Amino acid sequence: MVVNFPYLTVLVLVPAGGALAVALLGRVRREVHELVGIGVSLVTLAFAIALTVALHAGDPGYQFVSHHVWAASIGVSWYVGVDGISIFLVLLAAVLFPLALAGARARSDARSFVGWMLLLEAACIGSFVSLDLVLFFLFFELTLVPAYFLISGWGFERRAYAAVKFFVYTFLGSAFLLVGIVVIAVVHQNQTGVLTFALPVLEHTHLSSATGILLFLAFTAAFAVKAPLFPLHTWSPDAYAEAPAGGSIILAAVLAKLGTYGIIRFDLNLFPQASRTLAPLLLTMAVVGVLYGALVACAQSDLKRLVAYSSLAQVGFIALGTFALSTEGLVGGVLLMVNHGLVTAAFFLLIGWIYDRRKSWQVAELGGLQTPAPLLAAAFTVVMLASIGLPGLNGFVSEFLVLAGTFLTHRWWAVAATVGVIGAALYLLWAYQQAFHGRPRPAVAATRDLGWTERVVIAPLIVLIVLLGVYPKPVIDRITPAVDRLVAHVEQVTHVHQPEVATSPGARGSRP
Amino acid sequence: MIAAAVAANATIHVPAIRYLAIMPVIILLGGAVLLLAAQSLVRRPLRLRFATVSTVVISLSAFGLAWWQWADVMDHGPYTTIAHAVVTDGFSVLVTVLVTSATVLFALVAEGYLAREGIEGGELHVLALVSASGAILMGQANDLVIVFLGLEILSIALYVLTAYNHKRTESGEAGLKYFVLGGFSSAVFVYGIALTYGATGTTNLAQIAGFLSRNVLVHDGVLLAGMSLLLVGFAFKVAAVPFHMWTPDVYQGAPSPVTGFMAAVAKAGGFAAFLRVFVSSFGVLRADWRPIVYVLAIVTLLLGAGLAVVQRDIKRMLAYSSINHAGFVLLGLQAASAAGVSAALYYLFAYAFMVIGSFAVVAVIGRSGDMEHDIASYRGLARHQPVLAFAFALLLLAQAGVPFTTGFLTKFQVVVASVDGHSVPLAVVAMGSAALAAFFYLRVTVLMYGPERAAEPVPAAAGGALFAPASELRTRLNAALLLEDVPAAPRVVAAATGRVPVPPLAALAIGICVLVTVVFGVFPAPLVDFAHKATLLFLP
Repeated sequence: MVVNFPYLTVLVLVPAGGALAVALLGRVRREVHELVGIGVSLVTLAFAIALTVALHAGDPGYQFVSHHVWAASIGVSWYVGVDGISIFLVLLAAVLFPLALAGARARSDARSFVGWMLLLEAACIGSFVSLDLVLFFLFFELTLVPAYFLISGWGFERRAYAAVKFFVYTFLGSAFLLVGIVVIAVVHQNQTGVLTFALPVLEHTHLSSATGILLFLAFTAAFAVKAPLFPLHTWSPDAYAEAPAGGSIILAAVLAKLGTYGIIRFDLNLFPQASRTLAPLLLTMAVVGVLYGALVACAQSDLKRLVAYSSLAQVGFIALGTFALSTEGLVGGVLLMVNHGLVTAAFFLLIGWIYDRRKSWQVAELGGLQTPAPLLAAAFTVVMLASIGLPGLNGFVSEFLVLAGTFLTHRWWAVAATVGVIGAALYLLWAYQQAFHGRPRPAVAATRDLGWTERVVIAPLIVLIVLLGVYPKPVIDRITPAVDRLVAHVEQVTHVHQPEVATSPGARGSRP
Repeated sequence: MIAAAVAANATIHVPAIRYLAIMPVIILLGGAVLLLAAQSLVRRPLRLRFATVSTVVISLSAFGLAWWQWADVMDHGPYTTIAHAVVTDGFSVLVTVLVTSATVLFALVAEGYLAREGIEGGELHVLALVSASGAILMGQANDLVIVFLGLEILSIALYVLTAYNHKRTESGEAGLKYFVLGGFSSAVFVYGIALTYGATGTTNLAQIAGFLSRNVLVHDGVLLAGMSLLLVGFAFKVAAVPFHMWTPDVYQGAPSPVTGFMAAVAKAGGFAAFLRVFVSSFGVLRADWRPIVYVLAIVTLLLGAGLAVVQRDIKRMLAYSSINHAGFVLLGLQAASAAGVSAALYYLFAYAFMVIGSFAVVAVIGRSGDMEHDIASYRGLARHQPVLAFAFALLLLAQAGVPFTTGFLTKFQVVVASVDGHSVPLAVVAMGSAALAAFFYLRVTVLMYGPERAAEPVPAAAGGALFAPASELRTRLNAALLLEDVPAAPRVVAAATGRVPVPPLAALAIGICVLVTVVFGVFPAPLVDFAHKATLLFLP
């Protein structure tokens, strides 16, 4: 591959250009818009796959970096790069957007829907590859606009409420993030005389512990809302439930990852000391989220809300792995982000298809779906088992790593969180029984099974779910060096080391 | 005999004048006089197209001269003229560019408006040109007396502009209200000048700064009183809380294109002088005035955003939003640094385009009579006129501070300046208010992109709201705040359906505003550097 080619810039610009193209396409048949959308997102996917293949697995640093001054007098630059952590999130977004476009089509006005989706893809990928804090913030905020229009334009009954709640809630969180970004840049400027927002440079800012903690809280406020972490999650069930199927997939599977990714990328890199100090608080929030999510999910009679709350529990696991601050926990956390993305996307796709057929998400009104639609039921079973954490499917690997990593450093939190795993089995199996088992009523008996398009759309997700469950090594091999570097950075600043047993073989050898 | 004696004793000293410095003002004023003369000489009322074209040409020539000034200032540095009463520096040039662009856009928007309302004659254009010259003079003033002169030229023209639409009673009422309160604030301002003169012995801004840096006043009561009165006068002009009372009524009552012009130009002129007087002349006293501005900024931000939430009238909502924006600009002033001034200038510049564009849409949607300003008139706009709705949504989102628009960069820069000036809590409050503000901008967007007809109103619960179940209260709250089910006001129902004709020139103006907002949001360097350099060449 050409060394200086701005791969990542192109990766962001392809969907953005696609959005513009769709907007300018004029009045043609809706299929044309949809095909252009799927085509553009497939090109993006091809690019993302090529980058993942070309990534040097053993290199912990940022790769494919391109750096251009954007506005010199305010210190902002177009600074993008990926490492083993972000590449898989880019890939996740690139995989899910074409599937969402193909599997969850708009009821009306396909042009705007496809346009907003592609813009959202550009913003998501842009956030994952930004290494400049302001650039990240720009993309992070930009995601709100298409997401807002997707919810309010194509959502269900209470969409206006859900969309505004989503926007304002996240915007408020971001307010703190923006001020935090500016503060750390100004502190750095006072120390070195250089105004910059580049993450690798700002990592070396010296912060007093009080400043560090305040900044950590400011950053985490935004990320915890976006993730969403308990107790800042209240927007998410509404937004997930009221959004159209395509919107729910992207919101829960990709957008939510921006929050957890932000915590790993920015909180841990910029405020290692504060992350260590406040880890018990965040771990507690995570565990409460796991248990609360499971508990509330048990009480849901609506499939979409059930998945929304199970999402809350899963995000709790990601945060748990992150703030365990051990290599295993973090690797598990990053892997869980990918796995949760795949599983949630599959859930919302299937639920969207169920709604297309039955016009309801109420489990009570679905009973006995298995008989008329065996393939749908089979796909749902695989996805559900992956979400429960059955060994052999992807959820198990990441959940195991998270719990093992947490157990090494924060034993009792891991013990408490394990109860959540049982909860997941409880509510998912219960819902599955109600929706799929039993003798179908006459209305249900006429339900169609999955069509060819739907089979083509769900197949890649099922394959990935199984593949990552059976052979996650290629992914873990690429995540681990970046995580090692991050953990080493945290340990170097805080002088607290994780137990020897938790380190990866490579890092263990290098330690004196 | 007396004249002979004077001539015998001394010649009158005429100060040297560099005409390039005051050329934009002369062109605007001269153009206004010519237009007025042309109007009086022809028998029939002036053709509207003629008035529009001449206003655009006059403003564009002033705009061109401003760039000549810019080249001159970049090459030879800033300078003062007319006995140091007028200054030409990067700062003043930026204000001139801003004001002249705003005037061009105003003329474009006003044409369709006047044609629709059936108002003849070119007085509106004459007044706008005069008012613009006043705003430019405020940017150039290097003497408190000149500041006052500019302020009055700006304001008096605006009073008349506000009352211009004689077919609407609200317009006259607003004009009167603006006039009375404005006159009062001008009096306060003059008193401030007098006290400052009493304390420092000069009205020249540079000399005040020089005096204050050389002398420590043992009894500084008069000085502080003078400074406070000036602060009040300025705060009134830029509509900072608690001197904002006139804003919603005047913004609502004035003809919609005038409101946009007023929001852009009066704020720019007011803030230009505010920044120059406080950051440079009273720079030494910043420890005294920064805390006051700090508090002023906080109340302005919160009250502006908070009261905008409960408005149903779009013009009142935008009026309160302009108060919120004034709070943001105050952040730049409160920083009292070069970064702060630069951020404030950038803010004013970017805001001018956003607000003129927004009010251009409001003027179009207002329909014949300029009355349809209930936000319910925007319901379903996207279905009929997707382009207009998209442009308005974009301008509103930009005002909310969405990335890749100038609106984000405005907020970003004032926050940087504020944090740099150790006012982190202020920055947090400001961004919090931006989130609140996002709410009411979105509310309009929700309506525009929502269905055309309101859903059936929620039936009122029988038996007392106090004991209504939680879900009931929630529904009501949603209805009250999010307008899920807001029925249109009775007056609106009949008229507010179907396409609204968009005059081509207004469309052009809206297009320009959107382009500036987006292009400089994606490629920020030119405009950011413009404000930055303008501040580096900030004279006294």
